[in-house]
Amino acid sequence: MKQDFKILGTRPIRPDGLDKVTGKAMFGADKSVTGMLHARILRSPHAHAEIVSINTAKAEALAGVKAVITGDDFADVENSATRYTMQNCMAQGRALYDGHAVAAVAAVSKAVAAEALKLIEVEYKTLPHVTDVDEAMLPGAPVLHEGVKARTLGDDVSGNTVGYYSFGHGDLETGFSEADEVIERTFKTAAVHQGYIEPHACLADLGGDGRGELWCSTQGHYMVREVCSEILHIDASQLRVTASEIGGGFGGKTTVFIEPVALKLSQKAGKPVKLVMSRDEVFRASGPTMSSSIDIKIGMTKAGKITGAHAKLRYQGGAFPYEMVMMGAMSAFAAYDLEHVQAEGWDVMTNRPKMISYRAPGAPMAVYAVESVVDELCQKLGLDPIDTRLLNAAREGTKSSYGPTFKAIGLVEALEAAKAHPHYSAPLAPNTGRGISCGFWFNFGGQVSVSMAINADGTVSLIEGNPDIGGSRASISMMAAEALGIEFDRVRTIVGDTASVGFSDVTDGSRVTFAVGIATIKAANAAIKEMCKRAAKIWDIDAEAVEWVDGAAQPTGHNAGDFPPMSLAEIAATSGKTGGPIAGHHEGAPDKAGVSFGVHMVDVEVDPETGFTSIKRYTAFQDVGKAIHPAYVEGQIQGGAAQGIGWALNEEYIYGEDGRLQNPGFLDYRIPVASDLPMIEAVIIEVPNPGHPFGVRGCGETSIVPPLAAVANGVAHAIGVRMFALPMSPPKILKVL
Amino acid sequence: MRYLVAKDSREAVALLNTGEDARLLAGGTDVLVRMKLEGKTPDLLIDIKEISGFSDITTENGGFRIGAAVSGAEMGEHAALKAMWPGVVEAVELIGSTQVQGRATMVGNLCNGSPAADSVPAMMAAGAMARIEGPAGTRDVLVADLLEGPGKTKLGKAELVSSVFLPAGLPKAGDAYLRFIPRTEMDIAVASAAVSLVLDDNNTVAEASVVLGAVARTAVFVPNAAAALVGSKLEPEALSACAAACAAACSPIDDRRGTIEFRTKIAGVMATRAAKIAFRRAGGKL
Repeated sequence: MKQDFKILGTRPIRPDGLDKVTGKAMFGADKSVTGMLHARILRSPHAHAEIVSINTAKAEALAGVKAVITGDDFADVENSATRYTMQNCMAQGRALYDGHAVAAVAAVSKAVAAEALKLIEVEYKTLPHVTDVDEAMLPGAPVLHEGVKARTLGDDVSGNTVGYYSFGHGDLETGFSEADEVIERTFKTAAVHQGYIEPHACLADLGGDGRGELWCSTQGHYMVREVCSEILHIDASQLRVTASEIGGGFGGKTTVFIEPVALKLSQKAGKPVKLVMSRDEVFRASGPTMSSSIDIKIGMTKAGKITGAHAKLRYQGGAFPYEMVMMGAMSAFAAYDLEHVQAEGWDVMTNRPKMISYRAPGAPMAVYAVESVVDELCQKLGLDPIDTRLLNAAREGTKSSYGPTFKAIGLVEALEAAKAHPHYSAPLAPNTGRGISCGFWFNFGGQVSVSMAINADGTVSLIEGNPDIGGSRASISMMAAEALGIEFDRVRTIVGDTASVGFSDVTDGSRVTFAVGIATIKAANAAIKEMCKRAAKIWDIDAEAVEWVDGAAQPTGHNAGDFPPMSLAEIAATSGKTGGPIAGHHEGAPDKAGVSFGVHMVDVEVDPETGFTSIKRYTAFQDVGKAIHPAYVEGQIQGGAAQGIGWALNEEYIYGEDGRLQNPGFLDYRIPVASDLPMIEAVIIEVPNPGHPFGVRGCGETSIVPPLAAVANGVAHAIGVRMFALPMSPPKILKVL
Repeated sequence: MRYLVAKDSREAVALLNTGEDARLLAGGTDVLVRMKLEGKTPDLLIDIKEISGFSDITTENGGFRIGAAVSGAEMGEHAALKAMWPGVVEAVELIGSTQVQGRATMVGNLCNGSPAADSVPAMMAAGAMARIEGPAGTRDVLVADLLEGPGKTKLGKAELVSSVFLPAGLPKAGDAYLRFIPRTEMDIAVASAAVSLVLDDNNTVAEASVVLGAVARTAVFVPNAAAALVGSKLEPEALSACAAACAAACSPIDDRRGTIEFRTKIAGVMATRAAKIAFRRAGGKL
């Protein structure tokens, strides 16, 4: 594997930065066209209700109203997953959660649309509801959808239980019998929202001829195209989707919430329709991730060897069938080399908004519970938390708890870096505790398309199909420059619309730098091959007798030294005469993504009189394979840590007895503000992924996995009492003091 | 909605008195946010920022008069005001973000009527007077006497607060304000306390005022907590008596921001901590 890089590992100025700080960047709500209408959505005030009737006559009669739609306007679709997505965008027959869309209006202004909403008459018949995961699993609980219960499950759980998974190997009984100490605990974590700054927004224009244009804030515009064309019953080729600049996604923009509604309104009104969610709508009807109820049992010898480990994960994922607990069950014990291990998971529906991915979806809560028990065992047995983790750490050749055998991984390196870091030996102030946790994420490859044009002036234009949510335009340009042997500022990468480059999977799974990176390198190699051919033609030698070195073609073999090297710019300048434009492209589905481990260390101070926890020092160690642009990588690590700290301390969906969300706004849904956090030190570890030419693993998600337990363990040491539920908000901490 | 700029307070009062649904606009950090959140606009929005004196901080009888349109940031940069009433200024400066501070006003914070308003306990502890302009003319009342309940003040029809007067500070006096929020900024007080102290030549507390916020329908004086401090040098017994008196004075609500139990516990913590800061500011040593 290549190790001596010219571009990779440097920190060029981000190409999207100037537009963003000057306000020039176009986000979802920034686009307007002549004659467009403004849309608003009417939402259910009930947690669960039958929609007996909807009368839209008065709204339709209001001057300025151009279209009103309800669930009846959407024809059925074949694919059940798409049907659930559609019914999440617009209820059909029943409102399944507080905030569920029941009707929508397009009008000449926002004010008229808002006025029209008040004129829509909905008759509801309220139904029993359930919002807690354990209650939703009980036989007799109100069931959200009949006939979708996981087939393998018996009568001991309700029909809300839509998925069951089990991973592991060995024999738990044997494992626990070999332990000197066994601890069994139950944990609860609240649902949390991705908390992106930019609300969902789109501008849709769907004509009577079935041709459509859609501008939206999304993590995957091809996904939007496929889902919307299916729901609207139009050809995918006729709907062109353009991804706007995105103000955060974190997994929350990997599905659609408003786009089919805007398209349908546009189709009905015959005009472009702009639809922008309010923050209240974002909280009530988009996101969040799952809440959980978890049992963990771990056995350990006096020396610190884990002999057996069992996890039972019950995840609450909202009002439609979903599959996500599997990721939690696979992640729970991934950090450890275990002989006897089992992780089971249940996916459960409730009367809450349908869950969607949130950064390493499913892993943070599972790992929080596991790492809390590991910490408690270390405490009880008087063991060093890092040495104990090192003793049990997964490494190359370990058969993972979820099946595959690990290739080269960097957990041991991360743990050793943590142990050697001055943070670990720094003295602790009174009322302060230090917490440690490991974390893990799979990372992903997936489908990808890249098209690269070599311009006559020696610059490179690159089009890829993945919205840039974490700096990928910079890292892709860097990889293109590295592969071609040219300067970074010669390359400009743009995110193409769905008509300008081939299919690309959603920007998720920490996949873009890995997968688009591979496609970029292969596209560059294709262009290089063509450039060598052109040079051969000019020199009148065999194409095979030309090689590409340091950004230039040069003769090799018996022709070596016959001609001076010909640079990319020189070859490009004459391309019109040597055979026309030079380009390279690659379409593929790289599948050798490398898993990424992290270790976080935090010092927390708890005010014994108020229960207020402050983060005094935070250091995050993570194996990223290869950091293409280290500043972005550090940002990813810091961002994940910040979100995890919020999850641990204050963020939560609060539901009343009435099943309604009580805190749909940033005032009472408390994400950390800048002054809540110290500078988070990110320590990058580079154990190359053998599945990528530059060693890239992906880095965006692992960082949200360790903070929950790191903070919880820190709090446990600071106050001498262990808490078993998140968030550990001040009233909850003060109660146990 | 009509937007009008009032030239003087008489015109503002007359506009308030037309019977239309009218709101005053100073900093706008409550009015505009509410209009956006609720999607409702008043018939008339009366801008009072141009009225002479409304944007001024002036000295008066050794104290300071602060106009209704003076922003938090302006108060924060007024060295003499800050030196005399540091507790009042720090309370005002806690409202919102840096950007909001450029607009938000102390008088607006008072007239918004929130039991959790940061500046109100500090003004009460300082003995602040509000100057009211109305159809019947001008009158001065204690800030404490203007409070009515959540979202309400005792301002009469077509009345407005044109300024707040902070009296001359005594030598060996100090005030302080503290609030509890689950974060470090950008939040609303779960419980808060303002303390104003005057020390005698021995650095013993001679006079005290203790006010709690966010634990009752309005900010409240806690005379027993003040009495617990008088005659002390903030010895542990005095402080715990102060905290106990605060807890006894609490009648908070249970909501998503805090439980009754939690608010009651931390009100006393805020008060005793604020007392220590005020004590040091007054020249006392702990």
